Amino acid sequence: MKFINYLEKISDVDIYALSSFGIFFLFFLAVLTWTFKADKKKINEISRIPLDNQD
Amino acid sequence: MQVEKFYYDNKIVKAFGYATVIFAVVGMLAGLWAALQIYMPSTSLNLPATTFGRMRPLHTNAIIFAFVGNCIFTGVYYSLQRLCKARMFSDTLSWIHFWGWQLIIASAAITLLMGYTTGKEYAELEWPIDIAITLIWVVFGINMFGTILKRREKHLYVAIWFYIATWVTVAMLHIVNSFAIPVSFMKSYSWYAGVQDALVQWWYGHNAVAFFLTTPILGLMYYFLPKAANRPVYSYRLSIIHFWALIFIYIWAGPHHLLYTALPDWAQSLGTVFSVMLIFPSWGGMLNGLFTLRGAWDKVREDPVLKFMVVAITCYGMATLEGPLLSLKNINAIAHYTDWIVAHVHVGGLGWNGFIAFAMLYYLVPKMWGTQLYSRKLANNHFWLGTIGIILYAVPLYWAGFSQSLMWKTFTPEGQLKFQFLETVTNIIPMYVSRSVGGGLYLVGALIMVYNLVKTIRAGSFIANEAAEAAPLQKEEKPHGNRHWHSWIERRPVTLLVFSLIVVAIGGILEMMPTFLVKSNVPTISSVKPYTPLELQGRDIYVREGCYTCHSQMIRPFRDEVARYGEYSKAGEFVYDHPFQWGSKRTGPDLARLGGKYPDSWHYNHMDDPTTMSPGSVMPAYPWLLDDNLDTASTRSKIRAMQKLGVPYPEGFEDRANEDLMQQANSIVESLKKDKIETPANKEIVALIAYLQRIGKDIKLEGTASN
Repeated sequence: MKFINYLEKISDVDIYALSSFGIFFLFFLAVLTWTFKADKKKINEISRIPLDNQD
Repeated sequence: MQVEKFYYDNKIVKAFGYATVIFAVVGMLAGLWAALQIYMPSTSLNLPATTFGRMRPLHTNAIIFAFVGNCIFTGVYYSLQRLCKARMFSDTLSWIHFWGWQLIIASAAITLLMGYTTGKEYAELEWPIDIAITLIWVVFGINMFGTILKRREKHLYVAIWFYIATWVTVAMLHIVNSFAIPVSFMKSYSWYAGVQDALVQWWYGHNAVAFFLTTPILGLMYYFLPKAANRPVYSYRLSIIHFWALIFIYIWAGPHHLLYTALPDWAQSLGTVFSVMLIFPSWGGMLNGLFTLRGAWDKVREDPVLKFMVVAITCYGMATLEGPLLSLKNINAIAHYTDWIVAHVHVGGLGWNGFIAFAMLYYLVPKMWGTQLYSRKLANNHFWLGTIGIILYAVPLYWAGFSQSLMWKTFTPEGQLKFQFLETVTNIIPMYVSRSVGGGLYLVGALIMVYNLVKTIRAGSFIANEAAEAAPLQKEEKPHGNRHWHSWIERRPVTLLVFSLIVVAIGGILEMMPTFLVKSNVPTISSVKPYTPLELQGRDIYVREGCYTCHSQMIRPFRDEVARYGEYSKAGEFVYDHPFQWGSKRTGPDLARLGGKYPDSWHYNHMDDPTTMSPGSVMPAYPWLLDDNLDTASTRSKIRAMQKLGVPYPEGFEDRANEDLMQQANSIVESLKKDKIETPANKEIVALIAYLQRIGKDIKLEGTASN
C-alpha cells in the first residue's frame, strides 16, 4: 500500500496553496502600504492613548 | 463641548486579579506535583485522582485557562475601560463573566481529577463544560463590544485589536474543536476521527497558544508597557503590521505539531512554511516592546514592573525563534516527543505569560489601592528567583530532550538499537530533578509576590470606582480626502471583528478542507476493523487515565522507530479512533504496535506494579484497575454513538454488544488463568488488556494474510 502523493489525488489542489498565498500577499501589501502612507500626526496621537489618563 | 464624568469599575478588576493569583499558585503546585511524579512515581499516592495522567491535564488547564485566563480578564477589564474612556458596558455581565468563569474552573478541576476527559490535549473538558465556556465567552464578548461601542475615544488603540482578535478566534477554535457526540452526561466521542481529529486538534492546540497565550498578552504588553515606562510604544506602525501579519500567519501553523506523522505531506509542508514565516511578526512585536524602553533603561534597573516586562518580552522572543526552528522537519525529527518541547513551552509559559502577569499585578495593585508597593526588595527577590527558576527548569530539559533523542537513534555497529527505552529515561532523571527544583524556585517567587501584594493591599485603601472625565464621542464627522481604509476600519470595531474572523477563518478552512472533503485523502485499509465492545471500553479507560500524556501511538517512518516499535503508522489505521490518541510526548515508549507484543499476564502485572515487569520503570501503578468493575451498562450507548459517527457496526449490534463483550472478557480470563492469575471477567483491567492487545494489530494481520 502506498500512502504518498495524496496531493495528486485531490483535483485542483494547487488552488488551495495559490489562493492562500495570494490572499495573504495582497493583504500584507495593503497593510504595508497603509502604514507607510498614514498620517504621522494621527499615528502619534493614537499611540499616546494609553498615556492620556492621569492615573 | 460638555465633559462627562464617569467611573471606572475597579472592583471587577480586583476580583479577576485575586483569581489570577490564586490559580497561579494552584496551577504551579499541580505542575510541581506532576514533575515530581516523573522521577518519584510513588508520589502519585497510588490514587486515581493524583496520578500523572490526570494531574498533568489539571496542571495545563489550570495554568492556561485559570491562571492566564484570569490574568487576561484582569488586564482587559482594566485597560479596556481606560482605552475607551468608558465604564464597562454592564456590571451585571461583568459579574456573570467572573463567576461563570470561576465555576467553569472549579468544575474542570473536579471532573479532570475524576477522570472525565475527552482525551484531546488542552481541550480535555467534557461537553457540558464546553457549552458553559461558550456561553460565558459570549457574555464576555457582549460586555467587551458593548464597552467599545459606547466609548468616548475615537480611535481603537492597538491593544483592543488584539483583544478583539482573541475573542473571535478563541470562539471559532473552541467551537470547531469541541464538536462531539455525547454518550452520556460527562462522556462524549470526538466528532472527528484519526487524521482529521489530529488535524483539527492541533489546529486548535497551536492556536490556543497563539490566541489565548499570545495575542491577548501582546495586547496587555501594548497597554501596560507604555504605561509603566511612561512613553508611547516604539513604533505604532510596526504594531499594526505586527497585528495583521501575526493573526494571519498563526492560524496556518498548526500542522507543525504533526510532522512525520500519518498526516498528509502537503499539510505538513504548509504548516512548516507558515511557521517559519511567523518569526517576522513575532520578532517585530518583541523588538517593538524592547525598543519602547530605549533611553529608559535606567528605569528598568529601578522598577520591578519593567524588569519583569523585559525578561517576559525576551522570553517571548526566544520562544518564537525556537518555534519556527522546531517546525523545520530535520530539527523536529530530533525534538518531537522529547522534553525539548516541554522546555520550549515553559520558556513561553513561565517567562512570557508568567512574567507579564506578575508585572501587571505589581503595577495594578499599588494603583488600585492608591499606595506604594510594600517592598521593592521582595519584588526584586521574586524577579531573581523566577529568572533563575526558568533557567534551572529549561536548560536541563533541553539537554534531556537532546540526549534522549540521540540515545533513541543510536545503533550498535551490528545494526541493533543500542539502548532500551527505559535506559534512555533513567539516564535523564537528574535533569528531571533539576527541572522540579527550577519549578519549585519559581513557585517560591510567586509566593513571595502573594505576601508582598497582601501587605500592599493592607497598607492602601481600595478605590472601587475611579473617577474620570472625557468628552463624549461626536457622531458627526466630516469625511476628508486623504482618509485611508485602515483608519476607516480601526474606528469600526464590528467591521474589525468581521475582518479578523475572515482572516483567521481563511487559514482554517483552506488548511482543513482538502482533508475533509476528499475521501481518498485518508486511504482506507480493508483489514482495519472497528473495535470490539470490550476493546472500546478498554480504550475509554486508556483515555480516562490520560495514558496519552506519556505514550504516543504514532510511529514515524524513521529507521530507529521502525526497529524499536515496528511498522510505521498509516493514516488509514486510525479511521475509527474517536478521539485520536497519537500523543505528543514519550515519557514512556510508543504504543502504536503494542498489540500482541506481550502476554496478557504481563499487562496484568505491569498495571498492578510496573516495576515488577520492568525494573526501574517510572510509570505509576494502576492497582485500582484490578479491583474496579467495568461499567457494562454504558456499552449500548457507546456503540450507538459510534454508529452515528459512521463506524460500521452491523445493525442491531448494540443489543448484542454486551454478550460479545463478555465472551471476549472470558477468553482473556482464561488466558490469564494459564499464567496463574485469577480474576473475574468484569474487572476494568480485562477491558484495558483487550484494548492494549488490539492496538496496531490490524496491519500486522494484513501482513500475515498477504504473506
